[in-house]
Amino acid sequence: MIPEFGHFSLILALLLALLQSILPLIGAQTGNARFVAVARPAAQAQFLFVMLAYACLVTAFLQNDFSVRNVAMNSYSQLPAVYRFTASWGSHEGSMLLWSLILGFWTCAVTVFSRRLPEDMAVRVIGVMGLISAGFLAFLIFTSNPFERLFPAAPEGRDLNPLLQDPGMVLHPPMLYMGYVGFSVAFAFAIAALLSGKLDAAWARWSRPWTTVAWAFLTGGVALGSWWAYIELGWGGWWFWDPTENASFMPWLAGTALIHSLAVTEKRGVFKSWTVLLAIATFSLSLLGTFLVRSGVLSSVHAFATDPARGSFILGFLFMVIGGSLLLYAVRAPKMATGSPFTWFSRESLLLVNNVVLVVALGSVLLGTLYPLLLDALGMGKISVGAPYFNAVFVPLMVPVLFLMAVGPLVRWKKGVWPDLLTRMRMAFGVAILAAVAVPWMAGQFKPWVSVGVGLAMWIALGVLMGFAERLKSGVSLRALRDLPRGFWGMQIAHFALAFGIIGIALVSGYESERNVKMALGDTTKLEGYTFTFGGVEEINGPNYRAARARLQVQDAKGRVFELHPEKRIYNAGGMPMTEAGIHYGAFRDVYAALGEEIAPQEWTVRVFIKPFIGWLWVAAALLTLGGLLAASDRRYRIALRERA
Amino acid sequence: MNNRFIPLIVFIVLAIFFAIGLTKNPREVPSPFINKPAPGFTLPVVGEAQQSFSPEALRGRVWLLNIWAPWCVSCRQEHGVLMQLKDSGVTIVGLNWKDKAREAAALLSGIGSPYLVAVDDLDGRVGIDYGVTGTPETFVIDKSGVIRLKHTGPMDAKVWDKKFAQLIKELNK
Repeated sequence: MIPEFGHFSLILALLLALLQSILPLIGAQTGNARFVAVARPAAQAQFLFVMLAYACLVTAFLQNDFSVRNVAMNSYSQLPAVYRFTASWGSHEGSMLLWSLILGFWTCAVTVFSRRLPEDMAVRVIGVMGLISAGFLAFLIFTSNPFERLFPAAPEGRDLNPLLQDPGMVLHPPMLYMGYVGFSVAFAFAIAALLSGKLDAAWARWSRPWTTVAWAFLTGGVALGSWWAYIELGWGGWWFWDPTENASFMPWLAGTALIHSLAVTEKRGVFKSWTVLLAIATFSLSLLGTFLVRSGVLSSVHAFATDPARGSFILGFLFMVIGGSLLLYAVRAPKMATGSPFTWFSRESLLLVNNVVLVVALGSVLLGTLYPLLLDALGMGKISVGAPYFNAVFVPLMVPVLFLMAVGPLVRWKKGVWPDLLTRMRMAFGVAILAAVAVPWMAGQFKPWVSVGVGLAMWIALGVLMGFAERLKSGVSLRALRDLPRGFWGMQIAHFALAFGIIGIALVSGYESERNVKMALGDTTKLEGYTFTFGGVEEINGPNYRAARARLQVQDAKGRVFELHPEKRIYNAGGMPMTEAGIHYGAFRDVYAALGEEIAPQEWTVRVFIKPFIGWLWVAAALLTLGGLLAASDRRYRIALRERA
Repeated sequence: MNNRFIPLIVFIVLAIFFAIGLTKNPREVPSPFINKPAPGFTLPVVGEAQQSFSPEALRGRVWLLNIWAPWCVSCRQEHGVLMQLKDSGVTIVGLNWKDKAREAAALLSGIGSPYLVAVDDLDGRVGIDYGVTGTPETFVIDKSGVIRLKHTGPMDAKVWDKKFAQLIKELNK
């Protein structure tokens, strides 16, 4: 009964979404106040019913209702409750429902925080979001019903993919979707602005906090995914340029460009068309990312061919959303460049360069991700585009972006004085070069990319410091620091975070070391001054798996001793083996061990790694997220909104 | 032409390209096995390991070889269709591919077996002989033991009507 109730809620939500979009959009165009008034209540009711539907799905999972196909395929009676809960978004259907739920949440947030916007703008935004909701709900109801029953009911579930049974995976999808879906607000604002013809600085100011919050969530989501890969895949890697990762990275790149271009549009009234296009592109890439990962096209391009209903719906939906908004853009975008002029060396021009390079980098990732799919789809053979391509193309593209990142915030709007800047940054440049030489030298091994990375990181960090120094000319005090606008804090923290991240990436890629050894009880192996002693393997029983857990005693150069417990798990339902790395986290290095295969009784292959500075990556991600949230909470946005009231 | 249309045009060109690419099933390239004798094998019967089966036993009959596995989700999808085919008198042999967890026997007795006989290809060798790239796949083998058709992906009523029905009728003549 409960699943049917959920199904029924979904249908009601679809009807409400149609109401929420069609009436207000017509009302805003024709000035019909009664139609306009429908927007908010309809959106809130829609959210309520999607929530109900989601609650029904969660109930089915928690109660192990294996008569629901979705539950039978993705859950298992012995699965711990927390994973039964997360299994609700483990499947294609469930994740689409989660998408709709989060979209409902964002729409609801817009209905609450848009009271100070001009009414026609607010309801257009809600209306556009309603159209997207309607698309997703129709997709769920007509092709991917999460409540479909199974006759006869399965006696037991097939278990949640063991890869997803990890704490990192509990938060990763909702965070990621908060980011993806959050960009729908920026998209809806862009469409609303095109519809009303009021593409101005005020529009950019309204979009900014929403975009930044969405970006912060996406950053967190991508980072959690990466952390999960680090722990769970047993290769010690944290980024594989795998299509699934790229699918989330592309909207992130576009979103990063969007944040910066919105800043220019708000402050200077320029780049309007470009910003609108970026808003459309960012959300389109979020949609593409969702569908790429969720439709199964990545594992097999034939997902479309074998399930034509779903495939054609997705293609049609993407085509309508992207094509429709680009058509609207073509018809309604401002005909001439407007706004204030700026010179070749100004904050505007630097941000433009940032945008262009970010978009080119994005293009390179998009090409690398879709090219194999396209070739395969056209029957021209199977190729895989892997890390070598991305490292060769993407990494060098990032160098100018990161270099200019330190400069941009120090340059004035409109017209910068570059000889002056040259003098001011002379010191910083010298220190950065010094660091670029000194760090590889201290490490005892020169690697060009480590050198570039360390230099850039130092350069950015010093740029951030100079930014603070400039703002605090009248004296440094706690109070003065506190009085700096949150927007400034947010930006500087995020920029500083990148310096952190670059150090992590450069050092771990340049100096990590690994050893793959065969170990029996009592064997030892040495790596980078660490001595690993194999203490044997014991069988343990988890809630829904059996595992072989190794004890690995590690002694560092100073004689300190700790233990690692890498595991190899076999899940009861699928019989699929999984590795669970044993990691000793440290500020300057992680000691990482993964258990390989058992070659003889009590003799195993073991992979051990020393990963310098990898922890800095997660710190960087946390700081980026924090920076984004801080910037979005700047008083300016609230005041600006109040002024309009 | 106004340059504001450029993004739209670029997008439409890309979209058409994709629509064509993704709606074709490119695995439907003529398999090199078509019109070649079906590779022989002798494999233990699922659930009755002491008995074995080999395709020679079906010489003189038109039959389907269905490659499947208990862990394969889309095989479960086609199960109902296969059951109907069996009821309408089609001979289907199941090749249980790489069933490391040994679930097939229990599964088949649970949900019903559409197969005249199901055999165990535990290490996947026979699958390799048949060029199997994934499950499910279905081969049509004629009276003289020659492969006449290969279908990749789950069987459904539409696929059956479009690709199989006519061929089976002709072969049975």
